[in-house]
Amino acid sequence: MGSFTQLVYLVPLFPLLGFLINGLGWKKIPKSAGGIIGSLAVLASLVISIGIFFEVRTAAAPVTITLFNFIQSGKLQIPFAFQVDALSSLFLLIITGIGFLIHVYSTSYMHEDKGMTKFFAYLNLFVFSMLLLVLGANYLIMFIGWEGVGLCSYLLIGFWFKNRDYTNAAKKAFIMNRIGDLGFLVGMLMILLNYGTLSYQEFFGTLKSGAVLVPTTTYNWIAICLFIGAMGKSAQIPLYTWLPDAMAGPTPVSALIHAATMVTAGVYMIARSNVLYDLAPMAQNLVAIIGVATALLAATIALYQNDIKKVLAYSTVSQLGFMFLALGVGAYTTGVFHVMTHAFFKALLFLGAGSVIHAMGGEQDITRMGGLSKKLPITFITFLIGVLAISGFPFTSGFISKDEILLAAYAHNPIYFWVATFTAVLTAVYMFRLLFLVFFGGFRGTEHQAHHLHESPWAITLPLIILAALSLIGGFVQIPALYGGHDFLNDFLAKAGIPAFSNESDPALHTKEYMMLGGTIIGLLIIFFATRKLFAVKQFGGEYKGFRKVLANKWYVDEIYDAIIVRPLDMFSDLLDRFAERMGIDGVVNGVGKTVRWGSDRIRLLQNGQVGFYIFVMVLGMVLLFALGFFWIKITI
Amino acid sequence: MPIHYYLFLSMALFSIGIMGTLMRRNAIIIFMCIELMLNAVNLLLVAFSKMYVDTSAQIFVFFIMVVAAAEVAVGLAVIVMMYRKVHSVDINILNRLKH
Repeated sequence: MGSFTQLVYLVPLFPLLGFLINGLGWKKIPKSAGGIIGSLAVLASLVISIGIFFEVRTAAAPVTITLFNFIQSGKLQIPFAFQVDALSSLFLLIITGIGFLIHVYSTSYMHEDKGMTKFFAYLNLFVFSMLLLVLGANYLIMFIGWEGVGLCSYLLIGFWFKNRDYTNAAKKAFIMNRIGDLGFLVGMLMILLNYGTLSYQEFFGTLKSGAVLVPTTTYNWIAICLFIGAMGKSAQIPLYTWLPDAMAGPTPVSALIHAATMVTAGVYMIARSNVLYDLAPMAQNLVAIIGVATALLAATIALYQNDIKKVLAYSTVSQLGFMFLALGVGAYTTGVFHVMTHAFFKALLFLGAGSVIHAMGGEQDITRMGGLSKKLPITFITFLIGVLAISGFPFTSGFISKDEILLAAYAHNPIYFWVATFTAVLTAVYMFRLLFLVFFGGFRGTEHQAHHLHESPWAITLPLIILAALSLIGGFVQIPALYGGHDFLNDFLAKAGIPAFSNESDPALHTKEYMMLGGTIIGLLIIFFATRKLFAVKQFGGEYKGFRKVLANKWYVDEIYDAIIVRPLDMFSDLLDRFAERMGIDGVVNGVGKTVRWGSDRIRLLQNGQVGFYIFVMVLGMVLLFALGFFWIKITI
Repeated sequence: MPIHYYLFLSMALFSIGIMGTLMRRNAIIIFMCIELMLNAVNLLLVAFSKMYVDTSAQIFVFFIMVVAAAEVAVGLAVIVMMYRKVHSVDINILNRLKH
């Protein structure tokens, strides 16, 4: 056990300190100091995380570091412990690395905002919770982090709380997450009931050895309950509608929480519980089906969105669907690999979008942009790299990870493969549409906006450049053997006991891989020219009609939810309010009050102020008492 | 002397006390009637003490006399104060507590 691994508790501690300093003093601390404190806290965590990562590479076994006893009750023991292994150290790097870049970005992006110090306090709290989530050595610690990131997501979506739509979006995100969290909680309790432990090592150890015999249905139910938690957090059907609305938050928040880290918590959880999912085939199939369906649905919606952040949001939902597809077909490392590459290019795209929005003075509608490539050269080039990566341009990070997912899907079930491939084509279409509408053609904004167009300062462009580089070369940790590479990531994650999808042995898959390489290049070229013709235009806009209108309105899913859940619930509450609350409970409470009033109104007549009357009553009482005593003695004797 | 003489006397005193308390309006008379009732009880206690040759009852009598003395001090003070306030010792004037 290395010295950095010993210091693992410092990793979440630094952001917590940053949160406390900025959070307690956000009215006093000047904006620039708040940004520096927030960024330095995450930088410190990043340094330790890098140290831990290199130690884990050479270490043999996962290390559990117990800080203190958290819950102790009879036989139940839940320690507050961190587990340092390949999976958690990889996530540590993603969270603190991208987190740091986004903090730096925010120092410039949020500079105009009065609540900037508060913003950094929230961001630090988020990083702290997320680190807790991935570091925990049992499900309970994961759950604490899980709830913490949900809270921070709520706080940051509603950061501009004076806008009612934004606070509604925040509430929607929080409530939808709660639905998922309930599933997670039930799953946890079922594990506790059947195995008496929540610790990963003990639980998975028991599962592997088969020491406790439980029927497969129990495995399935536990796995499905945990997956419901993942559905909420990672925005899968049917709980995905909160994520596009969550774009109400500031753009760095969208990049950090709603693209790179928090929404991948579900993927982390299932990758962590891979032993369980391998034993639960039904749940695994459900994960794959939900994943591929979400990917397709979100991609179709993204085709006709006109808000730059909404397009990216649906693309995130779609990419998360890809990750769940990978998990569902048993390619756990591939899912984690896609989390990593997606974190690079999606954070890049969001930050690029933020740079564009910044330059446009808050405009998010892509029909009013266009031709920005000359005015924002760095943003354009980095955004282009992001688009190429997410569309799967050969040998970018997105290509390698998506290629692996598709192969794993093909090996499992060709239907998944074809649906996922179609989705990948849609991905390229909507991303190139976005690119051409924003950066090519004529400028469609106002004169005022055209006058103010400018490239963003270094604190915004530097993270963009770093992320662009990562998006290009980030996939090289996992080059398929076909192209003379080596699956470094698979080897690394195998240390954490996460099984990989292996394509080395099957020559049929190799041919598929060549076909996909060729198909991708041809397909991308066709999409490139087609979308350029359609979208690199001077004028764009107008109403969508027919089926396109359905897609532009997101398949009316929000309206359907409103009709079948929200409105009946409202009516039911209204009914309860009218009858149970006002007539029932209020009636009883007011009735007690009225009775007492009525009674005392009568009894107060006795107090007439005549001293003679009082004496008379006293004597009468005494006589009665004597009489009672006399007869009482008679009766008892 | 037979015990029932004492009983009748004590009963008569007690009844006078009660009736006086209930019927008179003058605070001092009421006060005196209360004292009369106390002394009726004292008389009874002493009579029975003599009859059963048991002196413990007489201890009670002393207690009652001491307490009655204290009570007289307080009661008279109250009546004096009352007279200073309203220039009367008629209890029917004291109905202002009602409101």
